Amino acid sequence: MKHIVLGFLLIMTGDSVRVEAHAFLQRAEPAVGSTVQASPSEVRVLFTEKIEPAMSTVQVFDASGKEVDKHDVHLDRSNHALLHVSLPPLEAGSYKVVWRVVSVDTHVTNGSFNFRVVR
Amino acid sequence: MKQNFSFKPLESAAVKIVTFAAVLFVVPTTVWAHGFAGSRFFPATLTTDDPFVNDELSLPTVSGIVTPDEGGTRDTEVAVDIAKRITPNFGIELGESVINFKPSNESSQTGFGNLELAAKYEFFESDEHETILSLGAGVEIGGTGNKRVDADSFTTWEPGFFFGKGFGDLPETVSFLKPLAVTGLVGVAIPTSASTRTVTLNETTGERDIDIERHPNVLEWGFAVEYSIIYLQEHVKDTGLQAPFDRLIPLVEFAFETPLNRGEEGQTTGAINPGLIWSGKYFQVGAEAMIPVNSRTGNDVGFIAQLHFYLDDLFPHSLGRPLFGAEK
Repeated sequence: MKHIVLGFLLIMTGDSVRVEAHAFLQRAEPAVGSTVQASPSEVRVLFTEKIEPAMSTVQVFDASGKEVDKHDVHLDRSNHALLHVSLPPLEAGSYKVVWRVVSVDTHVTNGSFNFRVVR
Repeated sequence: MKQNFSFKPLESAAVKIVTFAAVLFVVPTTVWAHGFAGSRFFPATLTTDDPFVNDELSLPTVSGIVTPDEGGTRDTEVAVDIAKRITPNFGIELGESVINFKPSNESSQTGFGNLELAAKYEFFESDEHETILSLGAGVEIGGTGNKRVDADSFTTWEPGFFFGKGFGDLPETVSFLKPLAVTGLVGVAIPTSASTRTVTLNETTGERDIDIERHPNVLEWGFAVEYSIIYLQEHVKDTGLQAPFDRLIPLVEFAFETPLNRGEEGQTTGAINPGLIWSGKYFQVGAEAMIPVNSRTGNDVGFIAQLHFYLDDLFPHSLGRPLFGAEK
């Protein structure tokens, strides 16, 4: 057992290439489970890790399951953990945000949340 | 579950039988995995094994509880466990522990427990229903630990079935129950020896004492019920909780052992363990109280605490990857 622990410590101290971990959702706008009074112009999702934009998606669906976003998901210029997707003016109702992201260490995570628009 | 019968040979005037139950419910000595099923993150539970296969290290797991043995024995254990994926769905585990026994009126004994090896295979996963099922087999290698801390001289096999289920697929009308999840196991510990006989000389009477310790097959079963604040924040409702509270997972673990034969049938021991896990980027820390379910298990509340490293996040390009096959 002593050899196992020593071996692990050697690997830890020898591996200087510390990268990112699994990307979890940290904050979103509109917020997870929130109700907003006006149609948001975009959905912004902030993750706990930097994201590979080419392999990551954020989609917004209305209550009937129709995708309503503008298919233009993109990474924030100054924050590579923040994804944006634009929205057209939304009717009052419930919307579901579905995300799937790949962090820069190639770990894949996904999830979804709802928000509601009221007038 | 061990049972000791101590009696003198037939030439003795009297036959004395001493029985005591050695509680096996102590420290888990195989690493319990963290993992994902769909969008559900499951932490590594401290007491009951879960179905995930991953690359991780528990260093250390510390526990303490007073068992009824010999009128009350404080059992303190420090364990280290490591798990490694061979393929994305198949992994192996290695565990070892240092044990200290302190009977109430005797000096303490310290030594190594037996080496434990295990393998686990995930054979079913439903991302939509956050469900995962696995089969596994563990082996405690007899004779690799120290007898002074009751490490068995014989090997014990432990096949088991493991399950995990998140409740993110519940309807929106009960959305605040979505962060709930359950993991658990059902297994059988099968010793390769039905009993152990030990002959000692009683220096007071000059007679021989023969100890017969029976080793029944034991049903091991348990589950963990957890409510993930991480899941609540990510999928249900941003409550505004800030770090570190937004990474907490309160849970209650239920861990039981029920002997199946050799005179100990149905004498279940176990504990209910309420506690808390905090999960970060590269590691988690957890602590639980250990509340014995009956006097066979103990009469005092024990504890278990663990520092657990996510090797797949710490070393995603080397130690934290499956040896064969791509990441899931």
